[in-house]
Amino acid sequence: MSEHLVRLTAAELGERLASGDVSSVEATRAHLDRIAAVDGAVHAFLHVDGERALETAAAVDRRRTAGESLGPLAGVPIAIKDVLVTEGMPSTAGSRILEGWVPPYDATPVRKVREAGMIPLGKTNMDEFAMGSSTEHSAYGPTYNPWDLERIPGGSGGGSAASVAAFEAPLALGSDTGGSIRQPAHVTGTVGVKPTYGAVSRYGSIALASSLDQVGPVTRTVLDAALLQDVIAGHDPLDSTSIPEAWPSMAEAVRRADVAGLRIGVVKQLDSDGFQAGVRSRFHEALELLERNGAEIVEVSAPHFEYSIAAYYLILPAEASSNLAKFDSVRFGLRVTPEGGGTVEQVMGATREAGFGPEVKRRIILGTYALSAGYYDAYYGSAQKVRTLVQRDFDAAFAKVDVLATPTAPTTAFKLGEKLDDPLAMYLNDVATIPANLAGVPGISVPVGLAPEDGLPVGIQFLAPAREDARLYNVGAALERLLVEQWGGPLLDRAPDLSSHEMAAAEEGVV
Amino acid sequence: MSEINAEQVAHLANLARIALTEEEIEHLTAELRQIMQAVEKVSEVATPDVPPTSHPIPMQNVFRDDVVGDVLTVEQALSGAPESDGSRFVVSAILGEEQ
Repeated sequence: MSEHLVRLTAAELGERLASGDVSSVEATRAHLDRIAAVDGAVHAFLHVDGERALETAAAVDRRRTAGESLGPLAGVPIAIKDVLVTEGMPSTAGSRILEGWVPPYDATPVRKVREAGMIPLGKTNMDEFAMGSSTEHSAYGPTYNPWDLERIPGGSGGGSAASVAAFEAPLALGSDTGGSIRQPAHVTGTVGVKPTYGAVSRYGSIALASSLDQVGPVTRTVLDAALLQDVIAGHDPLDSTSIPEAWPSMAEAVRRADVAGLRIGVVKQLDSDGFQAGVRSRFHEALELLERNGAEIVEVSAPHFEYSIAAYYLILPAEASSNLAKFDSVRFGLRVTPEGGGTVEQVMGATREAGFGPEVKRRIILGTYALSAGYYDAYYGSAQKVRTLVQRDFDAAFAKVDVLATPTAPTTAFKLGEKLDDPLAMYLNDVATIPANLAGVPGISVPVGLAPEDGLPVGIQFLAPAREDARLYNVGAALERLLVEQWGGPLLDRAPDLSSHEMAAAEEGVV
Repeated sequence: MSEINAEQVAHLANLARIALTEEEIEHLTAELRQIMQAVEKVSEVATPDVPPTSHPIPMQNVFRDDVVGDVLTVEQALSGAPESDGSRFVVSAILGEEQ
């Protein structure tokens, strides 16, 4: 029973809850049991609040019994990336400097999830302050990819992606600054969406780069992502960059999914030898499948995309160095006083030296340099110009096609430790995902199979014009339906069984 | 552009209030040189005729009525502070002895 419940999609679980077939307490307990069984091996969670989750679930069950009309995801458990602040649950953003900090308020997406009757299970692991593509930069140790525990689950949101891939949660919240939702989806065989910049409020999302950050869904199916985006999107007066217009239903776009006549542009510059063979072959097979079902495939050129990484690694550190100035040992988090005391500046210096990891220090120093007098125009100013050029590339492409398609990332999941000492190699992971953040456009990653050479998951990325998120749900859902039909079941059915870890845990008396 | 050196990294660390060790400064200097070399690529296409973009979705100034909103209580605001006196944050000395 309990094993079966964790295999349901969020949409299916929502229906079972609505029909009274299953209670939210049962569903929540099943997921907490699963976490207890496999998270020792996966380490997707930094914090699990089982007691409060069960209380919340019981309250939703009571409301349902009383005849209250609830939304489609009411009673469904959810995991929350630790970058989002949660009232009553520690929020560290994967950093030592915030260890044990319990915020006095909820981030807007968290508030909306609670208002929809969803059950927060806990907080998921991430690269420190979302800086990374592997979760290896978490101060609390890495998360392991459920497909192969020696490999990275992607990053920065590796914890959220691994939690849904390992059936510890039906769905999760993530955040995407340069690919932190989409790249983990690609390497874990899950679905991840970065909505249009401003679609989801950033209020309470611990800021990395304010002009790039966007909160979004991490799920196993396109419909689940749509249902979650419908819950979290919408204008928020507490975020001045929040888009004021109302959004159409993404779930509706999924239900009506049809690619007949859809023009799909393949970005020439992101379909090259720089991508692993199996990533490219699965990508092209997916495009052929869409073509056979009525889509039109067109090659498009985006000549400035190759400057995206360079621009990103100037803009992001610049914004991050300012955003992270708030960790000053005064209002929250760690305070380290040098031996024999010191001035407030010396205390700040000692605190930030002890509290930040190497990648965070690297990017703060880089950002401080890029913003220095005398260098500002050459670095930050030039990067902002590249941003204009990337936007123009998107505009030109979307004049010809409805959506763009690229492989989500250059390779399948690499081994833990493989790129840890080579920051530039790590940064190249985001070559296909960064342009969307620079331009503010939405993107989705959908699983398209396993790479023949290593048997690891591969994702396809679709990109749409700003505010046209529904197009992503349309093409993503249509492709998913065709592929699942072809495969005879979801890709995750082929993921290794983690139950040996469950048995080991049982023997050790953990379960 | 001029190559970043250890002295500059130490200065930047001081500006950013991170008490880096000598070893970290040395390590970072080499890494930043490599990273700066890669990101300098932006200058190839950032010509004077291209306007900069600071924000992906163009927006006008966003205002709200100047009234007190639903804000944190003093107790909530101080709840995560390393040190407070019940109504204010307590910080270390602002001035050193020589100042």
